[in-house]
Parts: sequence; C-alpha cells; structure tokens
Amino acid sequence: MPNFYNDNKHLKFHLSHPLMKKIISLRERDFKEKEEFDYAPLDFEDAMDSYEKVLEIVGDISGNIINENAASVDKEGPSIVNNEVKYASGTQENYEALKKAGLIGLSLPRKFGGLNFANTAFVVANEIVSRADAGFANIWGLQDCAETINEFADEDIKAEFLPKFSYEGATGAMDLTEPDAGSDLQAVQFKATYDKENDQWILNGVKRFITNGDADISLVLARSEEDTIDARGLSLFVYDRSHKAVTIRRIENKLGIKGSPTCELVFKNAPAKLIGSRKFGLIKYVMSLMNAARLGIGAQSVGIAEAAYREALKYAQERSQFGKAIIQFPAVYEMLSVIKVKLFGIRSLLYETSRFVDMYKTYQKISEERTLDSEERQEMKKYQKMADVYTPLLKMISSEYCNQIAYDAIQIHGGTGYMKDFPVERLYRDARITSIYEGTTQLQVVAAIKGVTTEAYLLRIKEYEKESLRPELVFLRKTLIKMTEEYEQTVRNVIELKDEELLDFHARRLVEMAGNIIIGYLLVLDAMRDEEYQNAAEVFIKRAEANNKEKVYYINITENRDLGIIRQ
Amino acid sequence: MKGFKIIVLAKQVPDTRNVGKDAMKANGTVNRAALPAVFNPEDLKALEQALRVKDNHPGSTVTILTMGPGRAAEIIREGLYRGADDGILITDRKFAGSDTLATSYAISLAIKKMAPYDIIFGGRQAIDGDTAQVGPQAAEKIGIPQITYCEEVISISKKNVRIKRRLERGVETVESPLPVLVTVHGSAPDCRSRNGKLLMKYKHAETVTEMQDNTDDYLALHDTRPYLNIQEWTVDDLNADEAWLGLSGSPTKVKKVTNVVFTAKESKVMGDKDEEIEELIKELLENHTIG
Repeated sequence: MPNFYNDNKHLKFHLSHPLMKKIISLRERDFKEKEEFDYAPLDFEDAMDSYEKVLEIVGDISGNIINENAASVDKEGPSIVNNEVKYASGTQENYEALKKAGLIGLSLPRKFGGLNFANTAFVVANEIVSRADAGFANIWGLQDCAETINEFADEDIKAEFLPKFSYEGATGAMDLTEPDAGSDLQAVQFKATYDKENDQWILNGVKRFITNGDADISLVLARSEEDTIDARGLSLFVYDRSHKAVTIRRIENKLGIKGSPTCELVFKNAPAKLIGSRKFGLIKYVMSLMNAARLGIGAQSVGIAEAAYREALKYAQERSQFGKAIIQFPAVYEMLSVIKVKLFGIRSLLYETSRFVDMYKTYQKISEERTLDSEERQEMKKYQKMADVYTPLLKMISSEYCNQIAYDAIQIHGGTGYMKDFPVERLYRDARITSIYEGTTQLQVVAAIKGVTTEAYLLRIKEYEKESLRPELVFLRKTLIKMTEEYEQTVRNVIELKDEELLDFHARRLVEMAGNIIIGYLLVLDAMRDEEYQNAAEVFIKRAEANNKEKVYYINITENRDLGIIRQ
Repeated sequence: MKGFKIIVLAKQVPDTRNVGKDAMKANGTVNRAALPAVFNPEDLKALEQALRVKDNHPGSTVTILTMGPGRAAEIIREGLYRGADDGILITDRKFAGSDTLATSYAISLAIKKMAPYDIIFGGRQAIDGDTAQVGPQAAEKIGIPQITYCEEVISISKKNVRIKRRLERGVETVESPLPVLVTVHGSAPDCRSRNGKLLMKYKHAETVTEMQDNTDDYLALHDTRPYLNIQEWTVDDLNADEAWLGLSGSPTKVKKVTNVVFTAKESKVMGDKDEEIEELIKELLENHTIG
C-alpha cells in the first residue's frame, strides 16, 4: 500500500511554504466560491487540507497502480490500431484511475468542472506521478493544454473544450514540431487556411515528434498568414479528434519514456478553431505553453530523480561486499550524498519557480476581472520577471541533475543496475529525454543568460541575502556572499569584452554559477524552516563553491582566440 | 427508470494484513489499538459493485450501512469519497460483544427500517473474524434471497439480477428476483480510488456524536449542507429486543485461543524425473496441500 505523497515528507514541506497563503487567497479570490460549489474551500486551512487530501489520492494511485504498471508499460508500449493510438494496457488502467478520481483538469476553474488548484499543487502532483512513471506523466501532464485554452481562448471555446477535460477526462497534445522546425519553431510550415464559405479554419501539413499525438484535444501551431516566413505569421489552433481528419503515420521507437506515444501526424483538411488572435501563436501563446511545459519537465526530472535516489539508497543498504553493506564505503556514500543534495536542490528550485508562476499568473487573471492597484501591478511584474528567468534555469539544471542522478544510481548498483532486473535502467533511459525536449539544455541557456545580463538573478540573490538566519546558518551565507561577488566580477569581465560569441561560449557556465548560488540560498532558507536541510545545504554549497571556482578559472584563461581552436 | 436503491454493508476492521509484533495480546485476542482501522477489503469490493450499478443506472443511490463504535463513521466518509450518497452508523454501547448472530439481528432491523430497497451488497467476510456469516444471516432474518461469492453483476433490471459467482472450481451464473442480498468475493475487482471533488465535498461530514467532540469552525456548515450529517441509529431507533443484542444475544463463546506455529517436521528428497514429480503432485493433492 505505498503512497507516494505520504511517504515523502519533502512534498508537504514545500507545499506549506509561507507564500502559499497569499497564493491561495489570491487564487480563491478570498474564498468567494464556497457558496456556489460544494467542494470549494472555506478558508486557507481548508484549502490546504483539501490539497493534501487530493495529493494523497494522487500518491495512492501513483504508488499502487502507476508504479506497478511502469515496467509492463515500458515493455509493451503503445501501438497504432486502425489509425488510432492504442495505449499499453497499463497506461489505460492508469489513466482510467486518475479520470475516475477526478484528477483531470486539476487547475481549471470550477465553472468548467476543474478543482482550481494552484499551479504549485499541480506541480507536486506531477512530481508524484513522474516518480511512478515518467512516460505516463507526459500523458497526464498534458492537461496543461487545458490551461492554455483557459488562458487565451475566447469564452465559447473555453465552454466547448474545458469541460471535456474535467468531466470526460479528455487527453491533450501540443502539436508544434515539424521535420524542419524543431528548436527553431519560427520555421513552421504547417498551413492553416480560412475557409470563408464554412466560416472555419482548415489545417493541412505534417507534425512530427508529437507527444500523445492522438489526443482528444490538440493545440496546433500553424502558419495562418500567407507569404510570411517568421514567427509573426503563426497562429495557434485547437483541433478536436472527433473530426477524424488526422492520419497517424507512425509511432517513434524511443530510448525511454516508452509508454508515451510520440507520433508523426498528417493533417488533411482538418477543421480547427483559432485560439486568441491571429499572429500571436508562437510569440505569445506557445511561449506561455512552453513555459508551463518546461516547469512540467522540472517536475518530471525531480520525480525521476526521487525514484532513482530511492532505488540507489535501498540497494546500497542491502548489498553487501567485503563483509559490509556497500553504503558504508566512502566512495558509495559520497555518491548517495551528492544524489541527495542535488535532489533537494532541484526540488527547492522547482517549487520556488512554481510559486513565482502562481503569483504572476493569478494576478494576471485577476487583472482581467478588475484593475490591479499599483502595488499589485508591481508585484505581478516582479514575479513575472522572476518566473521568466527561473523557468529555463530550472528546466536546465533539474534535467541535467536528473541525468547525473540516474547515472550514479546505476553506478551504485554496479553490473546489476545494467540489467533489466531492476528499475534503475528504465529510470536512466527515461531521464535522458528531460534535457532534450521542450527545448534542449543549450536552448534553456539562451533564455536563462538574460537572467545573468539583466541582473535578474542577482536581484533575487540579494533578496535571499537579506533574509534573517539562525546563527548556525550564517557561515553558509558568508560563503554564498563570496560566491556572489565572484560571480558578479566574472559576469562583468565577460560582458566588458563586448564579444557576443565569447558571451555565448561562456553563457552556460555563467548561468550555472548563478544557479549554484540560488540553489545554495534556497537550501539555506529550507534549513531555516526545517533543520533537516542544514546538512544538505552545507554539502551542496561546498561543492557549488568549488564548482564555481573551476568555472571562473576556465573563463579567465579562455579568450576569443581560443574559440578558433575549439570550433570544428 | 429511476435507478436502484442500493445498500452496502461495510465494517471497520483492524488491518490484519499489516501485522506487526504487537498485533496480538498475550491472551491471544487481537490488539486493536496496535492495528490501524480500515475498510474491510471485501466490503470495499462490494462498494465497487454497488457503484458500478449506480454508474450504469443513473438515478440509483448507494447508502453505506455500518455498525460499530463512533469512529466507524470513518467508513461512511470513505464510502462518500468514492461515490456513495449517504450512510448510516448503527452504534450503541448495548451492541458491544455482539457475535455474528446478534450483529445480523441488528443489521436486519436496520435494513428493514430502510425499506424499500432493491439490492444489498456486502463483502463475503471480514478480515478480523473470517466467519462469512453476517450477510447470509441478515438475508435469512429479513426473508429475502441471497447470493454469495459474487464476482460480478452481469445485469440488473427491476425484475431480477444476474450474477457471476466465483466457486472453488469455477464460476456459475445465477439469477434472483429483487430485493436480494449479495455478498462479494475477494476475486471481484478492486474499488475505485477516492474522487477529489467528492472528498472535498464530504470531508466535513460527521455524526452528531463527532460534532459534539469537534471544536473546529465548520460546525455551522451542517445546517446549510444537510448532506454533511451522518445518521446514527441506536437500539431505540431500531426497536430492538435487547435480549438478542450484545453478549446476551451472542451464543458464540470463545473457549480458548492458541497460537499455532507451523514447523517443518520431515523432509523428503526427490529426483527430477517426470514420474517422481507426478508422484509428488499426487501426494500433495491427496493430503489437500494443493487443489
């Protein structure tokens, strides 16, 4: 009877962050829906209690159904039958259980049948499901598409599509990538033409690498403006699968997340509806959708990392060599300790980011109902700015750490870990995609470097610096302050050279330096709320300090002329 | 057709599946304090069968009926979270010490009071006693047909119900007119999970006794949301004859409880030839170790 929420106290720790009180009161508009809906919260405590109880359901289904099915789903995978994607039988059982439990449309407004959960609670759920089966988490997590419809579509489209998620458990997909438009989505060729006679949009073209491509409801990025070649000619559409105007050409055979069908789709005169306004498809809506998806990958990475850590720890405690459990050897316990602090670090970053997203998106929604006062407007802008730079940082660091953790988890298992007998090899394969899809690590750096050059990270670091600490934590702050000075100086050195290529070359190093300091502070602040995190903060910061020094040294000894010998 | 009125018999039991070292007292009785209280597993399966009838026949209602101490109201809330419509707790100190005969007497009176009803589901047996007697005895006392060992409700109409029974060596399909009492076998499908919305709707549901002990701020809710009131029935509500209840109504007397420890006394070496394996299988079948 494992429960993946109850057996992981860190989830509750992050869910009960002090900022949640404000997030929930804003989101619930001071709990005014309690008169209208019998399941709406009565006050903050009641809302938190509901979050916990619903997450317990997620933890129950994840521990007892999804996790149990993960190995068979990995083996069986989806297939195409009569031009429809047939999920593995375990996947069907998983989805049915979540659907019956009313867990599709978690964050949608109640008037459309949703639970109106804060983004942070949805992220916790996402982490739990990912720990059980990362591939399945994609199918379930794509209910995020409903959030995009809720955010940008007009009322008629919302009323048509959103209840399908919450009442019928509809599945979602985001159809963006094409054979020649992957990282560079501006190059999308897929065509949308307006059929005047029937007053509707018609979609034609090929989409590739589409996760859950045969979903009930798909968001499709298409070129709606003739004779355009860039982002400004693209719009976003919603397509309902019941039109049966899409051919599923193939399902990709992947390294990992095998339960999640990755499809190549051919749209032929498929009727669709426009979301929001023309030409804003990529520059506004997909950017928002991608940010939500990147946060989702953050949750997925933390979920896989949690699963890998547990497997590694269990094995190291049970496996005995040279007359003792291998966990007693420094080489092994160090690996486990590093796994643990990385896991704690990315989890803290995950929930910090999701709170930023909650704050600004909730204000944004409120601003549609009434004018925000100047203080509220300022707060919204601040959190939006933070969410913009934290999201790529999170996606990058969490996915990279997730891979490192899965790698070390196999290493701790030795030869046994390489065999199919233990779940770590699946976790290792599943982890690999996290630093690739929804924008590779290299692309996250392109977005995150803005946090370095605009000093957005520094601004937040200075805020962390001002937080009051218990005396025994002050020495950690001292180290972090030194690291910050070093970071500022290094950034200045690189920027002063006014060499774009060199800045690009060092961008990842600079972003990672900022990330090390940010995670260090987050762990110190966690330790303020619970002493248990103090050791983790200490271990992390020590390693981060050394890691940053290595980067500084390399940056200092590399000049533009070195790029000549590095370039292929 | 406006659906069926369904009653589910459920019992709160100590979780004997997760037995620790303190599970049994020195005198051999169950140490209830050391074991968490859970929804009896086969009763949960009975609830799933009831909910499936409700899913397929809109307008049906499911009422949980349980008997036990005040905290057994947890079972009713658990049922509400999964799709039951309401519940009744039979509770009274005078029930204490009831064996299956006294329990089925109380249950049968409650069911009669709840008439009219179409179908009653209960688990085959509870994991704390494993008697499998309460369901059949209740049906007998009410005077309605009973079907035991149900694995699946194949179909149900206002006239009759068709049920697949799981037997030792296979399955059989039987039909009965309504109303009928059905006990559900462990091989039936698991119960669905709690539902998020229902959980949030019903989490403040309480009995009057619970409300008296409760100091939270939500008591006023019970006036405006009548579905949050869980009914409690006592001996008086059931017009029960006290002689048939509790210890006085319970002819079962536990004479002695012994702790049985299985040990292997003898061993036998066998080869890997087909004939030898066949010989072993025959022997195991004969002494009923298998089959």
